[in-house]
Amino acid sequence: MTRTLFEKIWTSRLVKRLDDGRDLLFVDRHVLQETTCATAFEGLARRGIPVRHPELHVATQDHILSTDPARTETTFPPGRELLGLMRRNAAAHGIPLFGVEDRRQGIVHVISPELGLALPGCILACGDSHTSTVGGLGALGIGVGTSEVEHILATQTLALRRPKTMRIWFDGALAPGVSAKDLILHTIGKLGIDAGTGHAIEYAGPVIRALAAEARLTVCNLSIELGARLGVIAPDDVTFAYLDGRDYAPRGAQWDAAVRHWRTLATDDGAAFDKSATIDARDVAPQITWGTTQQDVVGVDGAVPDPGAYADTGRRGLAAAAIGYMGLAPGQKMEGLPIDVAFIGSCTNGRLSDLKAAAELVRGRRVADGVRALVVPGSTEVKRQAEALGLDRVFADAGFQWRAAGCSMCLSINGDVVAPGQRCIATSNRNFEGRQGPRARTHLASPAMVAAAAIAGRIVDIRKEMA
Amino acid sequence: MIPMASVTGAAAPILKTNVNTDIIIPGSYLRSQSADLAQGLFAAWRFDDDGKEKPDFVLNQAPFRQAKIVLAGANFGCGSSREAAVWALQRFGIRVVLAPSFADIFYENSFRNGVLPGIVDADAIAEMAEIAATNPEFTVDLDRKLVLHGNRSWAFDVPESRRAALIRGDDEIGMTLAMANEIADFHARDVAGRDWAYAPMGRASRG
Ligand code: SF4
Repeated sequence: MTRTLFEKIWTSRLVKRLDDGRDLLFVDRHVLQETTCATAFEGLARRGIPVRHPELHVATQDHILSTDPARTETTFPPGRELLGLMRRNAAAHGIPLFGVEDRRQGIVHVISPELGLALPGCILACGDSHTSTVGGLGALGIGVGTSEVEHILATQTLALRRPKTMRIWFDGALAPGVSAKDLILHTIGKLGIDAGTGHAIEYAGPVIRALAAEARLTVCNLSIELGARLGVIAPDDVTFAYLDGRDYAPRGAQWDAAVRHWRTLATDDGAAFDKSATIDARDVAPQITWGTTQQDVVGVDGAVPDPGAYADTGRRGLAAAAIGYMGLAPGQKMEGLPIDVAFIGSCTNGRLSDLKAAAELVRGRRVADGVRALVVPGSTEVKRQAEALGLDRVFADAGFQWRAAGCSMCLSINGDVVAPGQRCIATSNRNFEGRQGPRARTHLASPAMVAAAAIAGRIVDIRKEMA
Repeated sequence: MIPMASVTGAAAPILKTNVNTDIIIPGSYLRSQSADLAQGLFAAWRFDDDGKEKPDFVLNQAPFRQAKIVLAGANFGCGSSREAAVWALQRFGIRVVLAPSFADIFYENSFRNGVLPGIVDADAIAEMAEIAATNPEFTVDLDRKLVLHGNRSWAFDVPESRRAALIRGDDEIGMTLAMANEIADFHARDVAGRDWAYAPMGRASRG
């Protein structure tokens, strides 16, 4: 029988089929962040039960932590409560905490791959929707709500409806100046933000095979923005080279056994998907969003659409509202649009390769007058490596703030906020109304596009910068 | 979970499609265990920058301040996994959301908190919204899987097992804990056959 990659992993993690048709799955690893677990620990306390397998969990602090380089847990006072609860709960239950003082601290979805917590063929769960990120290494990353966090803590399992399968095949190759972020934004623009609802997506094809491991993480990160709970890429030699030697990766004979198993984790020839789509990567330009969902996206050489051009009346109304919220006009060109804030960071684009790509466009130049520009490494380890390469100097000399690791302005609950009405170009993943602060306007783009915009003070086509 | 049978109350139309959980409960309400989530529900649409109510938003209008039902657009609850989106609806008094479709995580979170996400086609939602504008009280009958208004009725869709669990007020964690032996058996087999997935985690936990 032929099976998809997703089916192989899912079935191997199946404890039992429940009477209601859902599957009870064993969770290999669970990563906790401070904003979605306090209520779960309260639930355990109320029941008077322990964490079932404390050795299969790790915790970090990322969402509400200050990114001030001299920060402590109390630098941003409103964060104190949840950061403190996380510390106490982790200690009480014997869960290792990679907190503010730890070299392993960082955004959950950045440290899970970086520490080798995410492994091919495993289920990694976390109370955060972008857990799909780790699919880039061939793991099933499952984002869950707080009740499910409690369920995992109590039972080490998750009861889930088995999603349908979808494959997105990428043909061709990426043009210069076009990144994995552009590829996936373009895909969301083509297919829509609910194309993957109820599905597990497999990303495949020559373009995916040619991507570096970190770029694959960026692609899978945005699975949730296609409506899918998870997205996965078959592991290969690129994956194994990335994982070899990481803190939590197996070693010696166990490594060899793992790689032997991982090599079986590919979709069999002829296996059927419930849904499929093909994207031609040659069509993809550097992307920029103009609206308030990720499907509101165009190539940087494009323009804000005319809402009247949408056949669907609902979509028409939404587009008009989004254009109003964003302070734009139909037909307005994206190139040349002035920006107030530039944010480089997040679990989408806060890894070393992202900072390197941004630094390429920054080296020896200055951030435009009046633009507030931040670089927030995705983890303390990314920060350390970037500093070893001198990237902190490149950014600081240009006038960027060089911050400590965390979610920062992706979610703006830690004090890093875009002021009302200001326009921010960001490498993160959500351009929702109010996401970066009340009435903040967000344009999503790749690290290179954000860096170039910070220097120019307006949205620019990096292909021209690079020519 | 509190068992649920039928719900009668005002049905507030919030018909935009792709309403995301950042809109349902803004991030600034996620900072504290004691945040007033009822106050935060749809905060950016309910209040202006000075915290004053915007009179034209439906939940600020008389009968809908006590709404128990939301009539919603497709892909409701997309975006962030924050369960606080469901908690905010619930603290406000909402027990039922009716929409043509829901985002996956929000859908699951709803059942776990005794909020019914009922699937109704878009035309029926539009009809109900029109009626609600003048005569907002609806009944959602979980036994018969019907939305009732005067002599009108519309079917909603909910998986049978989830419907039964809502009616019984099932405790899902308690039910899974009752399968502890089967989970332990799986774990033992898995450690034996797939030791590479466990040893490093064990090593870390030792220090
Ligand atoms: S960086 Fe943004 S999307 Fe990623 S985990 Fe943090 S808040 Fe969520």
